[in-house]
Amino acid sequence: MKNLKKTALASVLGTATLVSAFGAMADDHPVKLGLMLPYSGTYTALGEAITNGLRLAIEQQGGQLGGRDVEYVELDSEANPSKAPQNMSRLVKGDKVDFVIGPVHSGVAMGMLRVAKQSGAITIIPNAGLEAATNQLCMPNVFRTSFSMWQDAYPMGKVAYEQGHRRIVTITWDYAGGKEDLAGFEEAFEAEGGEIVEQILVPFPSTEFQSYLTQIASLEPDAVYTFFAGGGGVSFVRDYAAAGLKESIPLLGSGFLTEGNVAALGDAGEGVMTTLHYAETLDSEENQAFVSGYQEAYGEAPDTYAVQGYDTGMMLVQALDAVDGNTEDQEALIEALAGVELESPRGPMSFSDSHHPIQNVYLREIRDGRHEVVGVAAEQLEVPDDACRM
Amino acid sequence: MDLAFFGVQLLNGLQYGLLLFLIASGLTLIFGIMGIINLAHGAMYMIGAYLVWDLTLRLGNFWLAILIAIPVAVALGLIIERLFLDTLYKRDHLYQVLLTFGLILVLNEAQRIIWGGDVHSVPVPAPFDASLQLTDNLQYSVYRLFVMGVCLALAGVIYWVIRHTRLGIIIRAGAVNRDMVEGLGINVRTLFTLIFSVGVALTAFAGMIAAPLTSIAPGMGDSILITCFVVVVIGGIGSIKGAFWGAILIGMATTFGSVLIPSLASMVIYLIMAAVLLVKPRGLFA
Repeated sequence: MKNLKKTALASVLGTATLVSAFGAMADDHPVKLGLMLPYSGTYTALGEAITNGLRLAIEQQGGQLGGRDVEYVELDSEANPSKAPQNMSRLVKGDKVDFVIGPVHSGVAMGMLRVAKQSGAITIIPNAGLEAATNQLCMPNVFRTSFSMWQDAYPMGKVAYEQGHRRIVTITWDYAGGKEDLAGFEEAFEAEGGEIVEQILVPFPSTEFQSYLTQIASLEPDAVYTFFAGGGGVSFVRDYAAAGLKESIPLLGSGFLTEGNVAALGDAGEGVMTTLHYAETLDSEENQAFVSGYQEAYGEAPDTYAVQGYDTGMMLVQALDAVDGNTEDQEALIEALAGVELESPRGPMSFSDSHHPIQNVYLREIRDGRHEVVGVAAEQLEVPDDACRM
Repeated sequence: MDLAFFGVQLLNGLQYGLLLFLIASGLTLIFGIMGIINLAHGAMYMIGAYLVWDLTLRLGNFWLAILIAIPVAVALGLIIERLFLDTLYKRDHLYQVLLTFGLILVLNEAQRIIWGGDVHSVPVPAPFDASLQLTDNLQYSVYRLFVMGVCLALAGVIYWVIRHTRLGIIIRAGAVNRDMVEGLGINVRTLFTLIFSVGVALTAFAGMIAAPLTSIAPGMGDSILITCFVVVVIGGIGSIKGAFWGAILIGMATTFGSVLIPSLASMVIYLIMAAVLLVKPRGLFA
């Protein structure tokens, strides 16, 4: 109901601006963006941050795409994979949107991409990090503006070895996302000559870590690499510190371990090192402008998810300018999207042949409750996409 | 695994088991006496944790926060019982299941509206914010020992009330034959209100006391719910003694299962439940 209202409001506003627009062309209907994101449940904050970022980018560029007004159709994905195909069909066939933007959750992505394949709808993924989306599934009409699990984890393998660690224990939840993340780290770390002493898989979504911490203590590795997110990330880092392991065995992780969690981590988070494609403290003009613009518009600091939404918006602005707002010629539109190059808050960003971002991955350390950028862990990193030939 | 680490794992298993008992006791109490399967049990655990987080932030004192949060939890139980459950006792079990399932959705959404979707934590309160050195590289939080003590003490109190007080006699009799108890002139309606409120308060209290050991996040009660049902089913539905030994068994199995047979870690508690039900279909102590 809420979404219906929002849609109705958006179309009323859209029409109003359209009518008042002087001498608008008769066929000048708005560009329809279908947002399939979680607006309820565990991932609500992510869905809202992405939406905020997306709207901010378009508003800052004059509120139009290729000279046409924009209509937003927001649909609550509920982060529910079983509803994904049906929801996606509603946007594509019912609302007849020009672009689908979503999802957050990788399970939902699988369902959406099935419909994207059948319908050919242009889909931009602003979060979900499953490798398959821009590798095995390989579709010309699918783009990603976020990351893949592998991309954020791989650079840490080299960093860990360079820091002098030789024997490492890896630990994550026993599910696809966690395993893809560990695989990225382990690939790089073993290529350098390091040894993975033990890979621990915790049943998802358990946050009862005591027995695993005891196991880690008995294995005495040089360091621990981990992927957990949300509440699991907070629990793991706090339990790790409370067990007194942080001093003797450094904790390394994927950026999602601490992303959005710094306040909840408190002292336990200090000194934890992670790799991610963004950090709020990045010292660039683009990032500072983005952070202050976002703060002004929404009264809160942006996070990685907001950047991903923002870049999705910037990508649309650039591509639709290139084709003068013509969404009818899909081939030209896809070509324009693939050619987008952004000076993003996260740094320079372009797209690989498989439509995945080529971007920097940063090494970050929590100091005084902030992710300080220690350095660039990997410059303009491309993900493996051997399975994708377009 | 050498002896020292074996000892630490025993401690881990015991601590997890005791906490599980505290969380599951409210569920089994409500089911045993009232015959109601409270699916919103996990959501009430979550509400307890959020309440104590919110109040600790406002008042700056964890213990004061618990003191205030407990009556709030009792009131929540009271309201739910009188407003909703009270009208459904004469109906089929399915209506109650449907209601408590609906409560999960309502409580989860209320949590999101009131407290938002961020992850929070409660610092370990003084004077228990210290740790013991167990092995040369492993420490153990004193607060965990304190929680074990609280769980044991509460288990003792619940056992004493049920075994040695007039209320306990009524509760036990009510679990066996509700109509007869009513026939003897006991006001069952008041008894049900009391039991449900105490059950909710126990569950929420488990969330409060566990808050410094976990992260406060949306949906945190959903995963604990399944484990609680396993504990209650293994122990025998409605049996406090069963819930106690069931919880210790699951605590130990989870701890050792995850280290010794990691490939089966996610299944081990269900395998135990299946094995128990094969031998004793009504649970260990029913």
